[in-house]
Amino acid sequence: MNAVMIAIIEPQPIWYLMLSALLFSIGAFGVLVRRNPLIMFMCIELMLNAVNLSFVAFSRIWGDIGGQSTVFFVLVVAAAEVVVGLGIIVSILRRKPGATADDISLMKG
Amino acid sequence: MQLIVFIVATLMVLVGAVGVIVRKHPVHAALSLILTLFGIAVHFVALEANFLAAVQVIVYAGAIVVLFLFVIMLLGVDASEDLRTDPITAQRPLGAIVAVAILALVGTSIIVSRGILKVTAAGKAVKAANNLRDLARSIFSDYVFAFELTSVLLVIAVVGTVLLARKLPKPEPAVKS
Repeated sequence: MNAVMIAIIEPQPIWYLMLSALLFSIGAFGVLVRRNPLIMFMCIELMLNAVNLSFVAFSRIWGDIGGQSTVFFVLVVAAAEVVVGLGIIVSILRRKPGATADDISLMKG
Repeated sequence: MQLIVFIVATLMVLVGAVGVIVRKHPVHAALSLILTLFGIAVHFVALEANFLAAVQVIVYAGAIVVLFLFVIMLLGVDASEDLRTDPITAQRPLGAIVAVAILALVGTSIIVSRGILKVTAAGKAVKAANNLRDLARSIFSDYVFAFELTSVLLVIAVVGTVLLARKLPKPEPAVKS
């Protein structure tokens, strides 16, 4: 009986959207709470992935490939963002080793 | 079967995401991030976005996380922060309130519109075998201008990073005449 139920139930797109909302809020919590710049950056990646998941779910709902194209561009922009962001983090931490987000809150070096 | 795949991949995503925000050590956080990204890739396959699943594994779990690990190694691995204290008063409760508020807002809007969020007939007609062809046709016809702009963006990012990471040469001491 249970095996039959498991075989029949199909995941609905709304489940993916709820998972995406949950993942986004976990990422937002991490950005707000953590102070290590690298981990804040990883939390931003979590949020980007949550949005990507919801784009693909919407693409599945409407049968429109445009959502997947958008995810492709988000991937490219995320790669560029990681490269520039890690460059900034390296140059900050080279000057102040072990700096957290609180130590670099001033806009001057 | 699809339900089991969904549950396992969702567990991967959530365990990895929680791991990123609770692990003290940056290397452990980066490895948890890989778990999350693989879970998302499995969800992409389940949503019939095969090409994006491959790109997700190669670009995210491959290139980006390796870049993170490389920077962690470059900066020294002992840079773990003390998680027991709250640096700003009530930072964590306030952060939790904001996160729950985001979840409530988005979740409510999803639940309210659940009537139209079902796979339509057009969605059912899409075949996963044609995924790459459809995506290529979309990117290189409808979005070809945006695609060309991303190449400019990547060049700018590379040049900017080279400028940022370069050590400035020390100014030459003035020659006394």
